[in-house]
Amino acid sequence: MSRLLQWLFGRLPIGWLQLTHSRTRFAAALAGVAFANVLVFVQLGIMNSMATATMKPYEFFQADIMISASDANTLTEGGNVARQWLFQAMADKDVTAGTGIFVGNISWARETKTLGLTSFGIDPVQPAFLAPVLKPKTATLQLQNSGILDMYARGLPRDEAAAIRPQSPASFEVSGKTLTLYDTFQGGGGFGGDGYLMMSDQTFMNLFPARSSAAPDHILLQVTRGADSEVVAARLKDIISDKSLRIRSYAQARAEDLSYQQTKRPTGIIFGFGVIIGILVGIVIVYQVLSTDVADHLSEYATFKAMGYKQQFFLGIVFEEALILAILGFIPGFIVATGLLAGMKKATTLPLAMTGSMAAMVFVGTLVACSLSGAIATRRLAAADPADLF
Amino acid sequence: MSEEISVATKGLSHWFGLGEARKQALYDVDLSVKRGSLTVLMGPSGSGKTTVLTLMGCLRDVQQGSVNLLGHELFGASRALNETLRKRLGFIFQAHNLHGSLTALQNVQMGLQVHGYLDPVAEKEAARHALGLVGLSDRMDYLLANLSGGQKQRVAVARALAGNPDIVFADEPTAALDRESGMNVVRMLKKLGAARGTTTVMVTHDNRILEMADRIVTLEDGRIVKDTGAGG
Repeated sequence: MSRLLQWLFGRLPIGWLQLTHSRTRFAAALAGVAFANVLVFVQLGIMNSMATATMKPYEFFQADIMISASDANTLTEGGNVARQWLFQAMADKDVTAGTGIFVGNISWARETKTLGLTSFGIDPVQPAFLAPVLKPKTATLQLQNSGILDMYARGLPRDEAAAIRPQSPASFEVSGKTLTLYDTFQGGGGFGGDGYLMMSDQTFMNLFPARSSAAPDHILLQVTRGADSEVVAARLKDIISDKSLRIRSYAQARAEDLSYQQTKRPTGIIFGFGVIIGILVGIVIVYQVLSTDVADHLSEYATFKAMGYKQQFFLGIVFEEALILAILGFIPGFIVATGLLAGMKKATTLPLAMTGSMAAMVFVGTLVACSLSGAIATRRLAAADPADLF
Repeated sequence: MSEEISVATKGLSHWFGLGEARKQALYDVDLSVKRGSLTVLMGPSGSGKTTVLTLMGCLRDVQQGSVNLLGHELFGASRALNETLRKRLGFIFQAHNLHGSLTALQNVQMGLQVHGYLDPVAEKEAARHALGLVGLSDRMDYLLANLSGGQKQRVAVARALAGNPDIVFADEPTAALDRESGMNVVRMLKKLGAARGTTTVMVTHDNRILEMADRIVTLEDGRIVKDTGAGG
């Protein structure tokens, strides 16, 4: 390592030699940087999983425009939309099809755990609004009180989920009625529920008698090929009489939902703060290590100044140390965080994973944070006065 | 200034502290040191000899008077000039001031690397040669913690001399050395003066060295009170 660094810098790797001179302190410093990395990784992992989980239900549908109530900040929240606006929207020349979707929560009380399922009521005769993987399964939804279940629902054993087939359905009671599950699809537990459930709008009305078929939660629209969804949505805002409605392209609705989850919801804000705190902890740890190191070597630095070494040389040493700490501290932090995220995923079924972009981002962030710490620590170099040596 | 003069002060005065605590340490010191000579500065503690040394070695800013070092005026000199001139000097400190994380060889290499890129093989060879001159060929790869006080001081001497300095400023360089080692160091400095024209300005209380000095300058209360080589 020493030879490699000497070859890289074209001089003795003073920073490396100083850091490794005290092995215990070096190990403690690396552990500190690794700890800060783990903090950031875990928080980012949870934030990413929240984004993935937020986007998941949007993947069940294929639409170009979504009409929602003014308070519908997410797909699963907010008031209803009168179906009449669907018919008004259909009057636009570029709107080719429309449908309403209903959203509700159903509890499946099982022996070991009660599953909270986010349920969607859809029109089974309009499969064009469903994702390709769901389209072939809509036939079973036309049966009264039938549904298809998220096979990755949290708390549902995999083998039990795999056994749910048209020829071997599963049933459970909802509001005094029997809901029969004929098939499964790939969903995944989120922050708002343990999994998802798809059913026809008729079944939904049956299970949620208080809801009206004239007031779905959202209206989905499809536009002619080549039409700009944003332009059509803007036009619909003029056509539709209720100006309080949120008429957005489907992509915009997804983006706004994600933004809401990350910046307005307490969970999103807390995880965001967690990332900032992790970065600050890292900066403080590295600053402490570097400034102590500078203070410990002031007389040596003063000697080098007396010998004619320029300020850049000393800055180089401090930044060399900062980069070594960043790189060598990142490696154990990455390994530990990968293991932690995998363990958390297993325990929660949340889509937690170490991604390449996350690793790259944290690595670059570590380099920047360590360099920043180094830059602050270099202020102490001014105290190295060669005249004090005599 | 004659080319034969390595460093010269004229009307050099210096103060420490500010306000009422301000105290004058040097009074109109005039001193010219010939190239290749061994000059010893003597005097009691607080007499100003170390202050003269640090001003001549451009480690302090000149407040009043003149210091001409290797043909360059230090009064009002820029930081860049100071740094450039320091590369042509060698310093031997009483407390060796070596780098504890480096081996003896690496410490001496630092005395060479300040001059810029040098072929690594040649650099190591030069550092080994310098350590050999002070009798430490068998301790090159030792960390400082594994060297005695005298050995450390010899490493410091090797570091100061490795870069072929024009002037060596030394502060009690033999204090940590036994008689034989101390005399060897002074003999080496004398030999360098004769062979390369290296000038040595040394602060010492060691009477053993005085007989080898070309010139002895005694200071008291910031003034030169005795100079065996007065006039040049």
